[in-house]
Amino acid sequence: MIVDIKGLDVGYLRHRRVQPAVAGLDLTVAPAEVVAIVGESGSGKTTTANAIIGLLPANGRITAGSAVVDGIETAGANERTLRRLRGSVVGLIPQDPMVGLNPTKRVGAQIAEAVRLRGGSPDEVFEHLAEAGVPDPELRARQYPHELSGGLRQRVLIAIALAGKPKLIIADEPTSALDVTVQKRILDHLGGLVREQGISLLIITHDLAVAADRADRIVVMQNGRKIEEGDPATILGTPRETYTRRLIAAVPRLAPRFDVRDQKPPEPILTLTDVSKTFAVSDLRRGARGFNALDKVSVTVPRGQTHALVGESGCGKTTTLRIALGLETATSGSVKLDGDEIVGRSWNRLRPLRRKAQLVHQDPFATLDPKFTIAQSITEPLVSFRIGNRRTRLERARELLDQVALPASYLDRLPSELSGGQRQRVAIARALALRPDLIMLDEPVSALDVLVQEQILQLLADLQAALGLSYLFVSHDLGVVAELAHTVSVMSHGRVVEQGPVAEVFTDPKSAYTRELIDAIPGRRVADAV
Amino acid sequence: MTRYIVGRVIQAVAVLWAAFTLTFAILYLLPSDPMELQLAAAGVQEDSLTPDQLAAMKQRFGLDQSIWAQYWHHLTGVLHGDFGTSLSQQVPVSDLITARIGGTLTLSVSAALLSLVAGSTLAYLATFARWNPLRVFLTRVPALGASFPQFFVALFLIQFFSFQLGWFPATGNQGGKSLVMPVVTISVLTSSVLAQVLIKSFDETLSQPYIATARAKGLSRSAVHLKHAFRNAALPAMTILGVLVGLTVTSSIVVETVFTREGVGKLAQESVLSQDVPVVLAVVTVAAAMFVLVNLIVDLLYPLLDPRISHTRGRVRPAPEVVTAT
Repeated sequence: MIVDIKGLDVGYLRHRRVQPAVAGLDLTVAPAEVVAIVGESGSGKTTTANAIIGLLPANGRITAGSAVVDGIETAGANERTLRRLRGSVVGLIPQDPMVGLNPTKRVGAQIAEAVRLRGGSPDEVFEHLAEAGVPDPELRARQYPHELSGGLRQRVLIAIALAGKPKLIIADEPTSALDVTVQKRILDHLGGLVREQGISLLIITHDLAVAADRADRIVVMQNGRKIEEGDPATILGTPRETYTRRLIAAVPRLAPRFDVRDQKPPEPILTLTDVSKTFAVSDLRRGARGFNALDKVSVTVPRGQTHALVGESGCGKTTTLRIALGLETATSGSVKLDGDEIVGRSWNRLRPLRRKAQLVHQDPFATLDPKFTIAQSITEPLVSFRIGNRRTRLERARELLDQVALPASYLDRLPSELSGGQRQRVAIARALALRPDLIMLDEPVSALDVLVQEQILQLLADLQAALGLSYLFVSHDLGVVAELAHTVSVMSHGRVVEQGPVAEVFTDPKSAYTRELIDAIPGRRVADAV
Repeated sequence: MTRYIVGRVIQAVAVLWAAFTLTFAILYLLPSDPMELQLAAAGVQEDSLTPDQLAAMKQRFGLDQSIWAQYWHHLTGVLHGDFGTSLSQQVPVSDLITARIGGTLTLSVSAALLSLVAGSTLAYLATFARWNPLRVFLTRVPALGASFPQFFVALFLIQFFSFQLGWFPATGNQGGKSLVMPVVTISVLTSSVLAQVLIKSFDETLSQPYIATARAKGLSRSAVHLKHAFRNAALPAMTILGVLVGLTVTSSIVVETVFTREGVGKLAQESVLSQDVPVVLAVVTVAAAMFVLVNLIVDLLYPLLDPRISHTRGRVRPAPEVVTAT
């Protein structure tokens, strides 16, 4: 066994008391085995991973049990012992490749450190880069992280993990930070590597679909305890626990919720016609030139329905959203919101229209002012448009919290006291404050755990039905799109490559790119098993 | 890159010109009459002079000309290194400055270097220490250092090291020994400020995911701290470095006065008291020049330390943060 954990208790020291994070955990990983730990934030899955690699935070304590990694007891071990394990026995691929590399060091040097630690020669840096699937290793090694795309950075991190020639690689939430297609290619590549070299792989994820697709064995964790364990077929076929069943149910089915193929579309609330956007790129050697972020994009949001913009990062979906909101001006084309042209309007003349369209952001942790109470955040749009007085605004805030299914007692709380899902509910309540017709949703669930995702998507669907809202919904995840949208535009490199009712695009994709996106959605095994 | 440097230099010159012009405007638009001040300094009653004598004197100092002509005269003079004549001492201002600038520069540069070393070391140790009480203690020390007024530190040092122990002379600027206490006095403040910024920056850097990546490689704690955290933590502190070096120059006013050192700081204090307008103008201009020069150096060093700031390649104008439309 590479990992043999028995009765492990881990806790965090807070205010002189140990708060348990992992309790009575038994876990083994055999050589060349792929194991996935599935659970929500707070389930103890990351704590377990950190305990294995000896990277518990300073206040983390192993209070009972044993964790033997490659024959060495890590519970109670000193830094020197743990350090011998890191890199050479256990490699780590961190969660977010965008911030996982030192920004002031060339990537080659960062890999070389790991090579040097096990006494390898500097030339092996290029071998590991090539192994991780980085083209042009000699060139890339000399670059800094900010000069590489997210996918390449992820591959560099894989190269660092490989450079220590470990027996086990821990992949922490490997699907959360990158586009689905990029991530699929990288995970396929990593899966191939560990199989070839006989490395064990421990995947830490909140997404059962990812675990089911890639693992030999799945461990489901909840509240610091292992509640179920088995091979994917057993877990998916005969789950014992309700919690596991909920996780299975939350996996996107790719079965569109709405089918509007044979319906006459309602009047549009938002119409973008031939919108192009060119960013000026100043280049000292070649002079000024343009970068076409959008090329003749036409998008229609039908009233009372949801239109989704889908594509990978850099495809122009966010720029389209910003133009639709009037935050960015189109180079050419027209944007009509409820019949009013907004292209060319000054800030002041645009302001009255802003009441009609509101925005909900991707990251619920960054979008609420940490110093504002929930009541202040929700009523701010009302204050800004001088609607009502103190009392009526507070009343409205209470009503809005009710609509997003939060208790009124949350009015006086601060964002830091709320979970991610609760914060996103507050952000939705704030967007609803001005009774808009249209809400722009910028990746509203991609920062959330699957179970919370499901709840937020349900809330959005309920609100749409109750209030007759229209949504313009930006996402990189087709699975989520199927849950919420009526119609969809698939975007790539600033163009719309395919457009139509979700039911049609999903069952009969016309473009190769759409097919690739659909194939990249994790959850094949789940879909087959259910 | 050339374009970046040229731009920065032009900007520096513009700031310098603005500092000169602003000081000129403030000093010359003050309600007091420079002629009167000068006569008072010489112990002569203005009433005892005939109008002709007064006019002759005004002409000699150029005070009969319009404010614009005087401004132009001063500006072109400064460009040639001529700051006019001191009203109280009747000697060229540039002579006064050149005689004293060496002492002040030695003081400032030594203080800046000491602050850099002491501030960085303190921040490094405070964030590297593992024993919690030591860590807390080292983190709090800079706050203490930053809260002592300089004159107090200076008087304490004189009392203890000169009068009681007799290690260093209390006054004068003869030899290296006389430099020690003034330099320490300035550095207590500037190194504390630097350490505070660096400690905060270190703490933020150490919680970054790439630090976890570095530790997961199997690097030792000291290697992670030195090779991965230090440089990234130093970047935000670079910005205040310019301000701190400027602070060592302004601190020389207090320190040179308390330690009776001959220098630009003491000259500034004396000339302000005697309202010697040309000298004050010259001192401010020289101090501004040093300040601008330091900041220029910091600006030019930045791209060398942070590869993300590059001035050779084209940059897409960064999109402003999306704010929730209200």
